[in-house]
Amino acid sequence: MSRGQLLLEIRGLDVTFDGFRAIQALDLDVLEGELRFLIGPNGAGKTTLIDAITGLVKPVAGTVNFATRNLLQRRDFEIVRLGVGRTFQKANVFEELTVIENLDLAACFRRSLPTLFRRRKDVLPEVLEALDTVGLASYGNRPAGVLSHGQKQWLEIGMLLVQDPMLLLLDEPVAGMSKAERTKTGELLQLIAETRTLMVIEHDMDFVRRFASRVTVLHEGRILCEGGVADVQSNPMVQEVYLGRAHDRRAHEDAAVGGA
Amino acid sequence: MTALAVPKLGTLTPWKRRGIFLAIGLVLVVVAPAMLSGFRLALLGKYLCFAIIAIGIDLAWGYGGMLTIGHGLFFGMGGYCMGMLLKLQEAGPGKLPDFMVWSGVEKLPALWKPFGSPVFALSAAILVPMAVAAALGALIFRRRVRGAYLAILSQALAAAFAILLIGQQGVTGGTNGLTNVTTFMGYDLNDPVNQRSVYLLIAVCLGIMYLLARQIVESRYGRVLMAVRDREDRVRFLGYNPTTVKVIAFAISAGMAGLAGALFVPVVGIISPALVGIVPSIEMVIWVALGGRGTLVGAVLGALVVNYAKTTLSEAYPAGWLYLQGLLFVVVMAFAPKGVAGIAKVLKERFGGRKVPPQPVSHQPAEAAEPAT
Repeated sequence: MSRGQLLLEIRGLDVTFDGFRAIQALDLDVLEGELRFLIGPNGAGKTTLIDAITGLVKPVAGTVNFATRNLLQRRDFEIVRLGVGRTFQKANVFEELTVIENLDLAACFRRSLPTLFRRRKDVLPEVLEALDTVGLASYGNRPAGVLSHGQKQWLEIGMLLVQDPMLLLLDEPVAGMSKAERTKTGELLQLIAETRTLMVIEHDMDFVRRFASRVTVLHEGRILCEGGVADVQSNPMVQEVYLGRAHDRRAHEDAAVGGA
Repeated sequence: MTALAVPKLGTLTPWKRRGIFLAIGLVLVVVAPAMLSGFRLALLGKYLCFAIIAIGIDLAWGYGGMLTIGHGLFFGMGGYCMGMLLKLQEAGPGKLPDFMVWSGVEKLPALWKPFGSPVFALSAAILVPMAVAAALGALIFRRRVRGAYLAILSQALAAAFAILLIGQQGVTGGTNGLTNVTTFMGYDLNDPVNQRSVYLLIAVCLGIMYLLARQIVESRYGRVLMAVRDREDRVRFLGYNPTTVKVIAFAISAGMAGLAGALFVPVVGIISPALVGIVPSIEMVIWVALGGRGTLVGAVLGALVVNYAKTTLSEAYPAGWLYLQGLLFVVVMAFAPKGVAGIAKVLKERFGGRKVPPQPVSHQPAEAAEPAT
């Protein structure tokens, strides 16, 4: 695979919950090496889309081709083994294990059973590398439970990196982070995008403006528009359904920061 | 870079742990046979068999979160495999075991034929329970059967097995089971020297099973198993198949119960449906619950202490034991879900003075909390 080639191809995807069409006839292409942002109002179907790609929900129609393999007939852990990793809105690390143990757990999923039955004697090189990349090198032997919210999200990203996925799907990685943490996360995402493909769900438009190359706007289960940040922002439809509200919210956030 | 240590091995150093293991081993292998009468030594041997089951159940339940109230099934399979071998050895070549003659069976049933071979019978005692457990596990864990449903299902299987055994009088000895086992590999089990050898065999097997279980829970696989226990859905998204992870632990657990069953027959001289059905299966779980699930030492101690208490108390008050056992189980589950080992851990933390204070983490607080989205 080389950069610029089609990595993820979604055609005619339909996801229904009890008659409610969460995703409707959705087509989406993600190219190798992209840092794609997925935005849209609440209930637009962003998380559902990632759930459908990773096997957490079963679509009623459509195809999801990842590097020419159809993902829809596969089970969740098989999709991970094909090279599609994801995080969840809430960091979901093993709090009683140390940071290194969390990373090691993630790193060993391709190992054969006989090697799994041995004790861990040292730290794998890929674990050390991920520790450095996500900036948790000084927390290696701490229980993950003592990490801050932002650090847990970084650990989640580190756990993806040690699995060496081709495509990373991140669900609101910077939600609840401080400004400094957001900047650091954005830089981390750009660094990862140098060698991998990312699709990131995000609400924070400042963050999207700073770090996105290409943005897809979802609304009521459909793609409203797609393009560069400037194109998307100047699209009147997007302004109507999303940015208008985002402007309001940004004003609200600014007020909150000013008042703090 | 901080010092990147090997995984923690509890609070004891490896050398201390080896020392304690050797000391207990010495007591069981040297001191106990020298001090105890033949009768008491046989009782201890029986408890050690039960301790092997407890280790297996602890692997499945304590470390894997699979509450199985049907391990009597696997214990029974091991016991009957060994029982068939010993009854055939006793009868001599070409002859039928005594109970078949009494039931009017004239030809050795096909099921029994391969069990004349010690290699086959001994392998089957371990491999048959493992295979059955693996097949069962593959079916039910894939359908995400767990918790109380798994408990009920496993219990139903143990009950069905006991009923099957009772119904096949001519093949299994029915309600009586396989009784009056008097020889083991051609050695007379009434001879105290041979009795002691059987006891030593059991003690050594317990030691090996303990070390095997220790290796498993401290390995990477053990970490994955515990991760599946705590958050199965998270582990799926780390690329592990939780069904496979659980099936392996469940099969090993069943294999240990099978081994325990095989060792039980020469030391007690009998295997019967009453030893493999619902009530014994529940008792097995109680040993682990009382001793402390999630700690191997706790499981072993639970099996030894509960069974010692059972023998002692039921000698004095035959009817009282069941009530006491039930009461103990309820009290432990309500007030000390981690069992005696859990209580010991809490006491040690409180009075041992080794408690590490929680370390404060400095980081910037989130300045602008995301509005609820």
